Amino acid sequence: MLEVYGTQLASRLLLGTARYASPAVLTEAIRAARAEVVTVSLRRESAGERAGQGFWSIIRGLGVRVLPNTAGCHTVKEAVTTAHMAREVFDTPWVKLEVIGEDDTLQPDVFGLTEAARILCAEGFEVFPYTTEDLVVAERLLAAGCRVLMPWGSPIGSGRGLNNLFGLAALRAHFPEVPLIIDAGLGVPSHAAQAMELGFDGVLINTAVAQATDPVAMAGAFAQAVEAGHAARLAGPIEARDFAEPSTPVIGQAFLG
Amino acid sequence: MRILVNGDWRETRSRVLAAMLEELGYGGRIVSTAVNGEFVAAEARVGTALTEGDRIEVLAPMQGG
Repeated sequence: MLEVYGTQLASRLLLGTARYASPAVLTEAIRAARAEVVTVSLRRESAGERAGQGFWSIIRGLGVRVLPNTAGCHTVKEAVTTAHMAREVFDTPWVKLEVIGEDDTLQPDVFGLTEAARILCAEGFEVFPYTTEDLVVAERLLAAGCRVLMPWGSPIGSGRGLNNLFGLAALRAHFPEVPLIIDAGLGVPSHAAQAMELGFDGVLINTAVAQATDPVAMAGAFAQAVEAGHAARLAGPIEARDFAEPSTPVIGQAFLG
Repeated sequence: MRILVNGDWRETRSRVLAAMLEELGYGGRIVSTAVNGEFVAAEARVGTALTEGDRIEVLAPMQGG
């Protein structure tokens, strides 16, 4: 079981709810992913619209936990205010804290992130910070009160997988007891399996499922990959070698030359 | 008075945030509010006075990644 802020989760696949073709596809994708946690957001809604109310009704009906994000926030103040607004609407202390520092890569502003995390943790939020694989930033986020880290695999929506394997492996090795969930950039199930094989505790997927030709089938494929990768990690993978090593015993081999 | 609601200028007769939300059709809706960049909790809307030119954000649950 994955434990985050005292909550036990059987599923290590967290799913984003954006960019699906329809609410029906989203619903089926969540089921196929067997996700227990889905990310949600807050956006402006005019009095004449009902989209947000309808969306929230669907999510509540699924019985999943929600992890509200602060997507689109570029400053500490925006992120902190959005977190407060989300806590009220979604009735949860959880917040996926995003403070964006660069628009082309959607790279987190790690300085703003650590400051916002410090404020929100002190106010009783349970913060899931969207961060990089930087060890120093990770240390600061933990010192701020975060008990989970969400390092990026690669830029949001890019589908490029794990950009910095060495850095991510170092992060895992440095913080063996901290739940680490890869957030962003995974494109195909093998990326998720690779993250789990590296020892990460979970992955958060959105675009790779929502924008697939068949999102429901892709959600199922990611679920299998996450389970396979986690099982492989527990099974103890062999070390990679530079040269061949015969798998068939050489002792007793016939001399037929 | 004129206030800015979700980026659009609106005319309102209301003097407090709660009344303004009712007037503009948000009554009974699950929304969260901020005035001039500051979060205003639901229970504080009745006591939150509005003044000309205030920037109001009315946010609803939405899909997110």
